[in-house]
Amino acid sequence: MHHEGRLSRDRALGLAEALGWFSIGLGALELFAPRTVTRALGMEGKEETVALYGVREIVTGIGILASENPGPWLWGRVGGDALDLFSLAGGAHADNPQRSHVGVAMATVAGIAVVDWVCAEALQETRPATTPPRRVDYARRSGFPQGAHAARGAASDFEIPNDMRTPDLLRPLNQTRH
Amino acid sequence: MRALRYHGKHDIRCDTVPDPEIEHPRDAIIRVTSCAICGSDLHLYDGFMPGMKNGDIVGHEFMGEVVEVGSENKKLKVGDRVVVPFTIVCGECDQCRRGNFSVCERTNRNREMAETAFGHSTAGLFGYTHLTGGYAGGQAEYVRVPYADVGPVKIPDGLTDEQVLFLGDIFPTGWQAIVQLDPQPTDTVAIWGAGPVGQFCVRSAVLLGVKQVISIDNVPERLAMAQAGGAITINFDEESVVERLNELTGGKGPEKCVDAVGLEAHASGTIDSMVDRVKQATMLETDRPHVLREIFYVCRPAGTVSVPGVYGGVVDKIPFGMVMNKGLTIRTGQTHVNRWTDDLLRRIQEGQIDPSFVITHTVGLEKGPEMYKTFRDKQDGCIKVVLKP
Ligand SMILES: [Zn+2]
Ligand SMILES: [Zn+2]
Repeated sequence: MHHEGRLSRDRALGLAEALGWFSIGLGALELFAPRTVTRALGMEGKEETVALYGVREIVTGIGILASENPGPWLWGRVGGDALDLFSLAGGAHADNPQRSHVGVAMATVAGIAVVDWVCAEALQETRPATTPPRRVDYARRSGFPQGAHAARGAASDFEIPNDMRTPDLLRPLNQTRH
Repeated sequence: MRALRYHGKHDIRCDTVPDPEIEHPRDAIIRVTSCAICGSDLHLYDGFMPGMKNGDIVGHEFMGEVVEVGSENKKLKVGDRVVVPFTIVCGECDQCRRGNFSVCERTNRNREMAETAFGHSTAGLFGYTHLTGGYAGGQAEYVRVPYADVGPVKIPDGLTDEQVLFLGDIFPTGWQAIVQLDPQPTDTVAIWGAGPVGQFCVRSAVLLGVKQVISIDNVPERLAMAQAGGAITINFDEESVVERLNELTGGKGPEKCVDAVGLEAHASGTIDSMVDRVKQATMLETDRPHVLREIFYVCRPAGTVSVPGVYGGVVDKIPFGMVMNKGLTIRTGQTHVNRWTDDLLRRIQEGQIDPSFVITHTVGLEKGPEMYKTFRDKQDGCIKVVLKP
């Protein structure tokens, strides 16, 4: 890939989100209407496989949407695309009357695979650093100009407003309202 | 003027926009000298708060100099230095007169939208969605302040911006979170989240004199800062929060608990947080309430829970049976800022506390967009960002 053509992380995350929803949509179709899919492809009898692929798509889609780093899930999609292509190739023989549909489906899957690949790669390359570049020490930032010791209870003169007081029954037994 | 504007999820830009003008005789125009990015701005940035529009000016923590005053404003004059609370208050309605400023009945100019979402309207807020009035925010060179004869806090000479800026939000927010627990000298107060508000919760609990203050987070820099402020710390990546809290309280649990995290809890590895992420991603719930569940579980029976962390909508799998059977009291709310500012300003002047401790980054306004990212990702030791327009 050309360096200047690389997706920024934010763009890649946006694309990943779109792919996640696409996955869920396609998965729902495959899972709940496998016959529609097999009929269109002239691959009747493969309904169970299609429904299984649907489950795979839905899980991947949720994984992409739910994870803070969807990169690995996108590589999973690339693998799934390969599996889809392989299965579709089984329907691309000369006596399938719907083989033109199979051809279109294979071209589409190949196109989507490229998008999945580009997105996964962009997320991998632009992963935020896991360790902060600068170690900082805040161990002396107490916020108390007169020291942490002097600060303990320095505001005990503050009167808690009545509407924020604990009911008497829930107070420690040795304390009464002051 | 220049201002930071929202253009969609993860897209904040420093744009040039028209200067604000006086629209009502009670208004004032403030030239912003310092403003800050708040943890709740990140909920906008990450796209979790509904009601943002393309081009909205963001930011609700700001202060500056008065440059123009409306004809009916008797409180302010040109040249005054003020901190502006993030809640816009009228000072006259039933709620304002009770000191419940964050639920002022008059200042939300999109009341109907808020009533539909929440049943009743709450106060208008600066730079925070059209549900809370859609007012232009303060990450800008100039801001129009409505009801400026009530809200703004005048700052006496001799205090720096950095010392007083946080009076507009995070200092009173941390303070109210502890005050509404009615802290007692025998109490253990456990605070989830050591971000800026969590840090002020720690300091407030120490100042108000409780027995133990415990701070829970997984970012080492934040924990170090909480420890400096007098807290015992728990890194939830390294040890079990529940076990450690029981250990520190003789098995009884803390009497008082604070959720200073809110809707974007990043608890990795727990089952409930994974389920939350999935549900949030597929729009079955809007918020991730892992911290609330843990608090309800660990809190001592008859204890009190305070929630200053921002939630936006619907949470799921909240163990309400625990809350009811343990007799827990829950107190929440956006901060009634003006209720606390006079007292807290005096404590800053007397040297009890110097809120500038929390600032880790100071940059120009034009660097704001990249600082949203640095702050969100907790990179570069970032705990609190101040912007200088
Ligand atoms: Zn805030
Ligand atoms: Zn009011």
